[in-house]
Amino acid sequence: MSFVEYADLIQEGDVAIIFMGHDSMFPVKVQQGAQTQTRYGVIRHSTDLIGRRFGSKVTCSKGGWVYVLHPTPELWTLNLPHRTQILYTTDIANITMMLELKPGSVVCESGTGSGSLSHAILRTIAPTGRLYTVEFHQQRAEKAIEEFREHKVGHLVTVLNQDVCKDGFGVTGVADAVFLDIPSPWEAIGHAKSAIKRHGGRLCSFSPCIEQVQRTCAALAEHGFGEICTLEVLLRVFDVRSVSLALPDFGPDDPLQAGPDAPGEGGAPGTPAANATVTCKTAMPPREMAGHTGYLTFATKSLV
Amino acid sequence: MANNGDDVTDAQFTIKEGDCVVLKRGDVFKAAQIQKKRKVIFEKQWFLLDNAIGELYGTTFEVASGGTLQPLKPKHNECSAEIKEAGTDNRNIVDDGRSQKLTRDDIETLKGQGLKGQEIVQQLVENSTTFRDKTEFAQEKYIKKKKKKYENIVTILKPSTRILAQMYHGREPGKICHLRYDSLAQMLTLGNVHAGTKMIVFETCAGLVLGAVMERMGGHGSVIQMYPGGGPVRAATESFGFPERFHQTLHEFPLCKVNALLAGKLSLDAEGKGEEADAGPGDAPGAVPANPAAMEGEEGSPEAESMDTSPEGPGKEREERDRRREDKAQEKKVKMAEKRKKLSAAAALLQGRDADGLVIASRLHPCPVLLGLLKFVAPSRPFVVFCQYREPLIECYTKLREQGGAINLRLSETWLRHYQVLPNRTHPVLLMSGGGGYLLSGTTVMAEASQPSGSQRAEEPSLKRKLAETEG
Repeated sequence: MSFVEYADLIQEGDVAIIFMGHDSMFPVKVQQGAQTQTRYGVIRHSTDLIGRRFGSKVTCSKGGWVYVLHPTPELWTLNLPHRTQILYTTDIANITMMLELKPGSVVCESGTGSGSLSHAILRTIAPTGRLYTVEFHQQRAEKAIEEFREHKVGHLVTVLNQDVCKDGFGVTGVADAVFLDIPSPWEAIGHAKSAIKRHGGRLCSFSPCIEQVQRTCAALAEHGFGEICTLEVLLRVFDVRSVSLALPDFGPDDPLQAGPDAPGEGGAPGTPAANATVTCKTAMPPREMAGHTGYLTFATKSLV
Repeated sequence: MANNGDDVTDAQFTIKEGDCVVLKRGDVFKAAQIQKKRKVIFEKQWFLLDNAIGELYGTTFEVASGGTLQPLKPKHNECSAEIKEAGTDNRNIVDDGRSQKLTRDDIETLKGQGLKGQEIVQQLVENSTTFRDKTEFAQEKYIKKKKKKYENIVTILKPSTRILAQMYHGREPGKICHLRYDSLAQMLTLGNVHAGTKMIVFETCAGLVLGAVMERMGGHGSVIQMYPGGGPVRAATESFGFPERFHQTLHEFPLCKVNALLAGKLSLDAEGKGEEADAGPGDAPGAVPANPAAMEGEEGSPEAESMDTSPEGPGKEREERDRRREDKAQEKKVKMAEKRKKLSAAAALLQGRDADGLVIASRLHPCPVLLGLLKFVAPSRPFVVFCQYREPLIECYTKLREQGGAINLRLSETWLRHYQVLPNRTHPVLLMSGGGGYLLSGTTVMAEASQPSGSQRAEEPSLKRKLAETEG
């Protein structure tokens, strides 16, 4: 297993996702002799995981069962240990496409944060691309390096522990795309520009506040970026369910025939029973949903 | 790591004859191919792309007289008429229809004189009596509007999923089942499409989704395109201009043979039947797969041949014709054999039932398609189905729940909102809703065949969840 290559069987050292339901999954590091506790009982790695196929159903000690899934950047995003606020799949998907990432792309990113986006980038640019990611927080940078190694994507990424606004990305003229998720992206636009290839490339900046977007757009225009475009994507997830709607009771069809003698019993033959219902399948939006994550500003470094 | 070998890398950024490109003006795109002496019509004007050859991708050109393109230096682009005087509000601006002193004829004359777009805009500004009274913002807007109308510029870009998906959504949404580009982006990510995988794609989106998947795979791994009817449609795929090595990883398999394949009854060498079925497709109307000739690099060759032979005598001509007919028959045979070979190659890929993902976006009912094709996917792999409508996906969801073999099911939709970001004038520009389509995604799991848990029939492990669902 690796985050950039599927495998069929679970092996020692793999990361596997224990799936108990949409809102209930977690990653485990598979180790000979190790055990994992779940609410359905214990999972013994040596017998229950190692050598089994990803996607298997595993019966836990109390008789309950879970599925074991192959890790993907999307599952990782839902399960990773948060060290910062992270980017979620909906934004990641748009960033990936709008930055035109593909196998072989060279990408600069800052900050690394919890590595949610980094994993998605690495998946997309493998096997020949490269990610230069910059994180000014030393502990987070170290943790990221460790995680990338564990996930067998270390060969595709360089983590630099420095301040991107002051020191840039550590590379010049190599990037096809730059991504910024920092509090003051406008201070890094110059560095981003010099990191991008001479022939041009794409840039994206993620900011939660519109004031940040304004300053970023102004800086982008000043540095000669073109095709500046700000957008926002919202995800709506639907809950599929059957709903029952009660039918109205208009009383007996022909009041004359039924007679006024039975006021309490609306049960004339041929009319729906008082508590008749119709069932239909529908998809309900959630009562509450994420209304805002951040604005995505894209731009193209034009020819110089 | 440094900026080395510019000359080497320059080549891949240079526009070459035969390249597939995208023309851009404002927010409008058009796919084209660079061919010498070929007129291209774009945004109500025609021009020749000859001059673009040898320039770098991303270059903006001005359309000069005679339809030739002249590269614009990017720096010069932004020196618009600088604003000196401006009003504060419009209380004294009256719409009497006479603020512009130039008449339509005057403007036509200016155009006839071969004046550049920028100069015409300058003239319009100078001859507008109200321009100076307009607010700074209104002046900017005025210039922007006029520039759009009179500046005949076009930028030539390298095709990409981003650009082509936006182009199709803007120009021909009907051809791609109204798949909006943010939905396409979700599909590629939810499907975990990446290099080295074996993907199954079923689409009726002109080949756009297929192209997007191929771009993400970068020629590593394999793609099996399942197609309805006579043959796969790949008009949009062509526009990506993929190198030949990408096409070697692309396979196709007809939907109508899925049942036979699943039953293990796919006849690959049953000459009579197979051949006839195969022969039909090519002639079927509307199914014109743009691929074979163009891809194998035989464009133009038949034409050139006929031009060579025409001046010769009539007797020789007949002989020639006979020979050509024979050649054609031979060619057909070869093609048929080729096709059979391709079919068996695709069948072999599917037969393992170990595909790494499934991507569906079509105008057919997604339910049977999904249930049928999911059988070819390995466990613990993602799948994603797009549909313009929500109801068929509700049905898919329900069926999958009943049948099992898939978890993590999610029915979703994305909304996309663009913003105008300008000093003191920032606001959303457009609310795009509904039209982007819906997605059903999920993960496959091992079929229920395992003995120990045969008694349990719930589809998802968490009992609690199930209860919660029936409650509502």
